[in-house]
Amino acid sequence: MIGALFALAAFGMALVWGVMNVINITQGEFVVLGGYVAVLLAENGIHPFYAILVAPILLYGIGWFFYQTIIKRVVDRDLFTSLLATFGISILLQQLMNQVFGADIRRAAHGYGTWGFFDGLVTVEQVKLLAAVAAIALGGVLVLFLKKSRLGQAIRATAQNARAARIMGIDTDKVYAATYSLNAAICGAAGAMVAMIWVVEPYIGLVYTIRAFMIAIIAGLGNLSGVVVAGLGLGVAENFAGFILGAEYQIAFVFGLLVVILVGRSYLLGRKREYLK
Amino acid sequence: MNTTDRPVLLYGGILMVGIFLPLAFPAFQTQIAMMWMMITFALTWDILGGRMGYNSFGNIVFFGVGMYAAASIQHELYFDIGQFEVISNQFNLQLTPEKYVFGLGLGMIVGAILCVVMAWVMGLGILGLRGQYFAICTLGLGVAVGEFAGSIDYIGAGSGMAAPVFPLAMGSAGLFFSYFFFILVVATFFSLKWLYSTRFGLALNAIRDDEDKAEAMGLHTTRYKTVAWCVAAFFLSFAGAGFGHLNGFIDPLDVAFPGATFGVWMVLMAILGGKGTLWGPVVGAVVFHVTQEFFWSTLLGWQRVALGLLIVIVVVFFPLGIMGWAKERWPERFGHKIEESPS
Repeated sequence: MIGALFALAAFGMALVWGVMNVINITQGEFVVLGGYVAVLLAENGIHPFYAILVAPILLYGIGWFFYQTIIKRVVDRDLFTSLLATFGISILLQQLMNQVFGADIRRAAHGYGTWGFFDGLVTVEQVKLLAAVAAIALGGVLVLFLKKSRLGQAIRATAQNARAARIMGIDTDKVYAATYSLNAAICGAAGAMVAMIWVVEPYIGLVYTIRAFMIAIIAGLGNLSGVVVAGLGLGVAENFAGFILGAEYQIAFVFGLLVVILVGRSYLLGRKREYLK
Repeated sequence: MNTTDRPVLLYGGILMVGIFLPLAFPAFQTQIAMMWMMITFALTWDILGGRMGYNSFGNIVFFGVGMYAAASIQHELYFDIGQFEVISNQFNLQLTPEKYVFGLGLGMIVGAILCVVMAWVMGLGILGLRGQYFAICTLGLGVAVGEFAGSIDYIGAGSGMAAPVFPLAMGSAGLFFSYFFFILVVATFFSLKWLYSTRFGLALNAIRDDEDKAEAMGLHTTRYKTVAWCVAAFFLSFAGAGFGHLNGFIDPLDVAFPGATFGVWMVLMAILGGKGTLWGPVVGAVVFHVTQEFFWSTLLGWQRVALGLLIVIVVVFFPLGIMGWAKERWPERFGHKIEESPS
């Protein structure tokens, strides 16, 4: 169930990657920002569940701002330039959040209880269930949006061939702006749920970026069902690893897994004289 | 001034600076040592990042490994392993100067061998990856190794370990290490200058320009990339060994594997100076370090905001860096070294 949230962030990452050819390191920071929206709402007496609606709107604006100021200038450059630029934004946001919200671990109080089945042998936290349902619903809406709406079609056309799309009269600059902001909005919604289920802190963002990245490479770009399966799988794997190795290894596990997956994939491809593109 | 005199004067001048600067400003000896270290960072990062087009966020791994290796050797040689925990906590690690230098030397050699072996083994796997995948993989690697080092009891786990105390009078450590790092940076600079003038340097540039074509021309690209990484690891491990001893205390996340500070700075410094040039990283590191020492303390708490902003500005608006800008501005000063970019 946790994996559904990872999958959401990964979907956004794959979207930006596929459409704009930008690997967005800022992904995790958007998630954390969304989380802080939920925390602030909860602390001001509004139920944090509304953050799932509020956070995307705010994050859409933030994403749009970063696109217009920075990302716009690096979209056409090589991948590493944009990687480094988003890495810079990521550091910037981390520290800004640290200054504004403080370094403490925060969580959004939600007041949902836990259901127990079989005399408490199996427990299901209502909020987790709710978050999973919301994540799946959001994913569904997103897919419909990309398939049916004009903007969604334009986004997909740009992903296939940006130059052809421009010739066909699509304003690719607008499409890029929309894609990047949309991604930020998705992350914001995921983040709001993260803040309800777990906690947020300013420096946790990179872990979410790496998770999203891993899922995106395992599943491949634009492979939605793959993203969902990989996301769920990663959620399960992390829980097991935390259970077996101990919680202090969890971050090391996530990053170690990334290295293993990348090396493994490149080894498998290398036998066919190919490489990851 | 004709062109043959210029390098001699330049190198002579730098030698003078290297020898007399720490003597002239005794209060800043540690900062001067740090400056030479920063130049080493930028130069070693540039082997992969600038020359080869492989941007690594994980070079800091070798810095930390070298540091831990050197400090561990000191402990192994002169202190009973049973007392290890107690000693490191009480910060009571006195040695005679001869033992100190010998231990440091041995530790550096062991650290360098360890780092080169590590770079070789990891490189065979990781450097099969191309471009941006390599960048992200090293980003993961840097964090994973740091977290992992924080859970090994032998090297003090999360609470860190102490390096031996410098044996001479209090003030002389700064002087010793400013010369130590100066020698290191000179050695690094001339090794790389020589390396870039060989076939190996050409191969690295070929990989940067078009790896598929380089491979089609018969270069074993993965092998070249691995060797380049080993070279970077070799020099970084010395820097790590020196810094561990200079700092006196080794913390896994803040001193040994500081991905968020040194790890990012080395990228920034090389790009700021101009990646892919020999002098660029040197200039970038000096400019960055001096401004940082002057202004950082006034930005209390906002340093990393400034750092992030600086990265974005440099990457977006000045991708060529200082040296690249100078080359465009005064092409004749660089003589035949002008490289016309094809597009």
